[in-house]
Amino acid sequence: MTPHPAAAPDGAPCHQPPPVFGARRREYGSGIGLSFGFGLGLGLGLLVFVVTSFWSLDLQWRAFFSLDAVRGMARFVGEFFPPELSPTFARKVGGASVETMAMSALGTVLAAGFGLLLALPASRTHDADPARARAPTRLLLNALRAVPELVWAALLLIAVGLGPFAGTLALALHTTGVLGRLFAEAIENAPQGPAAALRTHGVGAVSVLFYATLPQVLPQLISYTLYRWENNIRAAAILGVVGAGGLGQLLSFHMGLFQMGRTATVLGAMLVLVGMVDAVSHATRRVLAH
Amino acid sequence: MTGAAPPRRDPAWLGRLFWTGAALVLLWPMAVATEFRPWVLFAADSRGPMLRFLAAFLPLATGSEFLGLVARETWRTVAIATAGMVLALVMAIPAALLSTRVLSVSALSGRMAPVPAALRQVSRWALVVLRSIPELVWALVLVRVVGLGPTAGVFAIALTYGGMLGKVYADIFESGDTQVTRQLLANGSGRLQAFVYGLLPQNAPELASYTVYRWECAIRSSVVLGFVGAGGLGQQLDNSTRMFAGGEVATMLLVFVALVALADRASAGLRRALA
Repeated sequence: MTPHPAAAPDGAPCHQPPPVFGARRREYGSGIGLSFGFGLGLGLGLLVFVVTSFWSLDLQWRAFFSLDAVRGMARFVGEFFPPELSPTFARKVGGASVETMAMSALGTVLAAGFGLLLALPASRTHDADPARARAPTRLLLNALRAVPELVWAALLLIAVGLGPFAGTLALALHTTGVLGRLFAEAIENAPQGPAAALRTHGVGAVSVLFYATLPQVLPQLISYTLYRWENNIRAAAILGVVGAGGLGQLLSFHMGLFQMGRTATVLGAMLVLVGMVDAVSHATRRVLAH
Repeated sequence: MTGAAPPRRDPAWLGRLFWTGAALVLLWPMAVATEFRPWVLFAADSRGPMLRFLAAFLPLATGSEFLGLVARETWRTVAIATAGMVLALVMAIPAALLSTRVLSVSALSGRMAPVPAALRQVSRWALVVLRSIPELVWALVLVRVVGLGPTAGVFAIALTYGGMLGKVYADIFESGDTQVTRQLLANGSGRLQAFVYGLLPQNAPELASYTVYRWECAIRSSVVLGFVGAGGLGQQLDNSTRMFAGGEVATMLLVFVALVALADRASAGLRRALA
């Protein structure tokens, strides 16, 4: 490694700033560790990629950046005011918020249950465990996880019709994939000692699970589940735009009818809900960290 | 040693029973609120269409015209995500610079002056507000303004991700070692110079890695945005679902899963290379 001129050991003044790109930056323990050629190639590739993206989309810039568009948008935003706050409508929005919370909670509970059920075949608990179902179960979990909640909801509408049930199931399916995988990792990483001790004494697999493995990993499983619940409240709030219940369904309904005052109220409720979840989770993390 | 075996009952049965009961009592009102009726899934009138839809998944739709359409829409999905990310960066970088407290000259000697402090606080709040409105809501609103098509998707991603990136960039700038930057500022360099020579090289790997990760997320969400009419694979998936065209839905789901897996690989590889 040739020393960079900026790294003069005798504390001489630095004439040359350290480059952002370039392998020699590694000496400082910072900067991006790419060789010049690779960095250049990556940069050019990115540039081509970005230019092609913009070119192939042919965006309507004028819809945003002309005087007409600005006026149109101002009028559109103006229609949001005043938000409708009549008691009957406020009660309806409150009901939808409760529905959103219930969807997220029930979806997460279902997902935790099914996730645990699927995590057991998806994990190799000890060396002698053949774990034949491990690969297929993991494939299933990955498939469940790869499809977003909203897509699951759109597909489930065919089976169960409009309403919060479709949303709950959609959340449960996606979250089962996420939690199942996390649970399987937790079970595989649990200390082997207690389970091995029980197993050598001839205790059955189910008892080993309930008296050795599960008590060890339970706190981790609960913290994963709570984290996903937080995500799911956010997802549940918007899931309804395809017709799967909660605040989202109310939003797309009133926006479809161009009742902008009501739309504004629903949007406000959504922001309050998401903001509250953020604040509570932030506060909890701070309490737990100290 | 007597031959009597110890009692084989669970020492914690009371607690287990109590918590199971409590959980059921808590879950009941939720099941009512979400109209949780699993038997609907197996009712005769919904079973028919569902089974027919699922049966139509195979064979996959593989007409050359349809595959061409899927390929075009897949590229559009990626392009929407990429263009949205670029616009988000255009917004996030100046906003992050504006809200970084480390780059304050007046803060070098005691407290930051009131006007710059207020400016930084306001730009930070603006970023948080942008970030807290989900991109799907932006897309719903923008589709009303600019009509169906990718423009709404690109700007929806730009607004939400701009807020997200700006906030996180500012946090990254402030969480690291700020000694170099302060030294540069104290010796009379400008704020931009101090940023380019101090703050940026120090945090470049973390910034790049976070940006690549968010690009991956943007691809996922650009599919979802299609469901409200913002173009790309999601819009086609929605159309085919409405027409009960099972084979087309199955093909597009597979393409989507492959796309996400590919983005995941690409993002992981890039982040390893940049770290």
